[in-house]
Amino acid sequence: MAGAATLEAVDNTPKAEAPIQAFTVTLIIRRFDPEKDAEPYWQDFDVELYATDRVLDALHKIKWEQDGSLTFRRSCAHGICGSDAMRINGRNRLACKTLIKDLDISKPIYVEAIKGLPLEKDLIVDMEPFFASYREIQPFLIASDKPKDGKERIQSVAQRERFDDTTKCILCAACTSSCPVFWTDGQYFGPAAIVNAHRFIFDSRDEAASVRLDILNDKEGVWRCRTTFNCTEACPRGIEVTKAIAEVKAAVLRGKPDIPKK
Amino acid sequence: MTSQAAPPESPPASVPEPRKRRLPAGTLYRGREGMWSWVLHRITGTAIFFFLLVHILDTSLIRISPEAYDAVIGTYKTPIMGLGEVALVAAIGLHALNGLRIICIDMFSWGPKAQRVMFWVAIGLWIVLLIGFVPRHLMHVFGGE
Ligand code: HEM
Ligand code: SF4
Ligand code: FES
Repeated sequence: MAGAATLEAVDNTPKAEAPIQAFTVTLIIRRFDPEKDAEPYWQDFDVELYATDRVLDALHKIKWEQDGSLTFRRSCAHGICGSDAMRINGRNRLACKTLIKDLDISKPIYVEAIKGLPLEKDLIVDMEPFFASYREIQPFLIASDKPKDGKERIQSVAQRERFDDTTKCILCAACTSSCPVFWTDGQYFGPAAIVNAHRFIFDSRDEAASVRLDILNDKEGVWRCRTTFNCTEACPRGIEVTKAIAEVKAAVLRGKPDIPKK
Repeated sequence: MTSQAAPPESPPASVPEPRKRRLPAGTLYRGREGMWSWVLHRITGTAIFFFLLVHILDTSLIRISPEAYDAVIGTYKTPIMGLGEVALVAAIGLHALNGLRIICIDMFSWGPKAQRVMFWVAIGLWIVLLIGFVPRHLMHVFGGE
């Protein structure tokens, strides 16, 4: 780094650096090309990887060095955009947040598309039904009045804290596509839509909680939830998804959300 | 890459065939306690439902023909039915205990966080229940009156 003028004498002689160990890792990827294949199939690839690599790096290496037709989505590569949720060793994960060292590489790593949404190609699914449910819960602030001084709507720390957990969602669909109810009933709103409804239902500045509670009291709404906790375990942002759903269930029963008065 | 240019006469079929695998469908989703407790809950719930359906029908035979009722209910005394009763008590016990766990998850703010512990507590209580019931019951079924 620039300006690292230290007063102490620093031993700058290069140490015999331990060579960083690379491993050959086998990935078994579920491929599907709608123009060629009648059905998806598994294909395996051997890739040289470091423990610090992520599954996304492995996919890049395959695409760049072995098979350019491998198709997957990614944008930020840092767990922010929510593009690359996929099923890794049978669990929904972001490829960009799954380190090779956290997987058992003595066995092959299975990678396949998330479940329950229409498969388009290789690891890409059609996210439209997912976003349609999201839009349906009206994920925006609804308020009739203007802010008091024309600037901002004041909220206490406790009131902000009430829905903090559900503000973290990046709409990756890892939760919704981990839900056994969603797999068999694509009409179910799914955890992500309920999480994002929770974010506004429990916001003291919002005035349309009852509208959203009505929407989610539908037969395809919160009552479909069977508390399998797959969503909570899949969420890359650590949102307590099942808890948020339970809070919305309770709010439907009480007719209003419990938000701190102050 | 140091790959040599292929001799011109060789066909372009030098592209290796993809190493396809013959595995059927996708992998089984690897959910944890929550998912498997739900699978058990649905299986036991459905099984209990069908048992009760049959049981209500056979019990209602008493209104139609007491002899037929005696004959049908008599089969409950056979060892096979005795083992079936073990399965029934096991299913109801697990369903009821896990049902209480689900109620706690939905009704209390601490519920979702404690779900995994509650699952193992339910399994523990279920085993205690079976230890209390199964030996006594089997003695009854196989040991004669
Ligand atoms: C003994 C006391 C019982 C308790 C405490 C209990 C509790 C529950 C609870 C809380 C649920 C909701 C599960 C969920 O939200 O995922 C449920 C589901 C169910 N119960 Fe029971 N139950 C009992 C007895 C029975 C009996 C006697 C039957 C059969 C007639 C039965 C059949 C079912 C079925 C079929 C389901 C649906 C399972 C599912 O949707 O996954 N239960 N039970
Ligand atoms: S709640 Fe979590 S898993 Fe679900 S869409 Fe949002 S970030 Fe993804
Ligand atoms: S690439 Fe953006 S979340 Fe993984």
